Amino acid sequence: MSTETASAPVAVPKEGLFSKKNRKLITDPLNDNNPITVQVLGICSALAITVKMSNALVMSISVLAVVVLGNMIISALRNVIPSRIRIIAQLVIAAGLVTLVDIVLKAYVYDVAKQVGVYVGLIITNCILMGRYEAFAMNNKVGPSALDGLGNSLGYAWILVVVAFFREFFGSGSLMGITIIPNSWYAANGGAYFNNNMMILPPMALVIVGIIIWIQRLRNTKLIETA
Amino acid sequence: MAFDKNSNSFTFIFAIILVCVVGTTLAVAFLALKPAYDENVRREKMQNILAAMNVKVARDDAPAKFTESISGSLLLDANGVVVDGSNRDKASGKSEASPAFDMDVLKQYKDWKANVVKAEDMQYPVYLANVEGHDLMVVPMIGTGLWGPVWGYVAIDKVDGRTIYGSTFDHKGETPGLGAEIATPIFIDQFPGKTISEPDGTYTGIKVYKGGSMTTDPHGVDGISGGTITSQGVDEMLMRTLAIYDVYFKQVVTKTVVPEPVVNISLSDTMAIDTLEIQ
Repeated sequence: MSTETASAPVAVPKEGLFSKKNRKLITDPLNDNNPITVQVLGICSALAITVKMSNALVMSISVLAVVVLGNMIISALRNVIPSRIRIIAQLVIAAGLVTLVDIVLKAYVYDVAKQVGVYVGLIITNCILMGRYEAFAMNNKVGPSALDGLGNSLGYAWILVVVAFFREFFGSGSLMGITIIPNSWYAANGGAYFNNNMMILPPMALVIVGIIIWIQRLRNTKLIETA
Repeated sequence: MAFDKNSNSFTFIFAIILVCVVGTTLAVAFLALKPAYDENVRREKMQNILAAMNVKVARDDAPAKFTESISGSLLLDANGVVVDGSNRDKASGKSEASPAFDMDVLKQYKDWKANVVKAEDMQYPVYLANVEGHDLMVVPMIGTGLWGPVWGYVAIDKVDGRTIYGSTFDHKGETPGLGAEIATPIFIDQFPGKTISEPDGTYTGIKVYKGGSMTTDPHGVDGISGGTITSQGVDEMLMRTLAIYDVYFKQVVTKTVVPEPVVNISLSDTMAIDTLEIQ
């Protein structure tokens, strides 16, 4: 854990919503403080939901909605929430938002909801959520909290989409459900190509996340732990 | 803050208000979106019934196609006797909103498993349809896989009441790549042409074999490698449900076939009935 945005106190008077420091709230989680590759949070859903790109996108949007809205609600209530039950209060708000997202998905994108069904419920247990609520929203104003939520969920989203890209392309020969590898290439039709069935299984997501972490640290040497 | 934020009473009041607000919001959202969700479920059911007859439609087009293809629906009791004979025709426009369509087969199956409903009190829907000149009877079925329920629809051709025209299967959460393969063409495409009884009328059902050397069996299909428990669940589901419908299928076929055969019968009577194609 190199940088910790959470501990930054916001005491500067009259600060624009998109000041340099606030912009950093969005850019930091994309790279230097990425929730998946640096903080290693939210790995469970990154493994489970990245078989298809469309699922990864819906999951990302759901997490985005829950983290941003939750951050804003908790930030608005931060002076009222009694400190002794703050975790429970955060959990109730998180659970409420997740259930809301689940209902909306079932009503409007039924096919996707069927595929990501279980995992939407599991957003509650996504550590990114409680991490942002407790570490950032409880100490900061509504505006920065929304930006922080946006940054972190985007950081989560791009990893998910990249992993899903490789898994869907090599595992199913398609992207967003559209076949990319021509049918005639497949061994069944006289070609010499096989889909890699390993890619469909969760362990390969872990390997791909590992490769992303490796590349990221090659390029961004300050992330390398000196142990 | 004029009050003590950390006092017990404030903590309680805060918790109560928070839970009430969240609960009310969810209840309102659920009630507002439930019609859209129910409609999705209904259309998916139509889509599945149509898929069993090899009619592939988008979910949004399902209601129109369903009304066009399905001529009526009935409910059978556990002895294969029609209890709700309201064989709604197209003219009444009611072929989708019938007791058979509205029946929750999954709930009945769960009640039966939990000993709430007795086997002899269970009801069985049948959908009557005509697709590309074939008179079909589509029957739903439900069983237990490895992780949860498995279900499907099987369409039987009314000409002989024992040949499968098409089928579709689905599951709640079988293992991807293993048990989940029952919902793929690899498994489903084995069904058309298989028969659920011998030409002499002896019920055989459809057997799901472990080990794929039995593909020549007219009453059996090849199970899924690595999906043994799921395959066994599908096997049990097919055997149990088709046995009940078989009684009904035989009645229907006998009624259609009995009027004087026009062909000179040279085989034994039972064989002839089975092989005839009567207009």
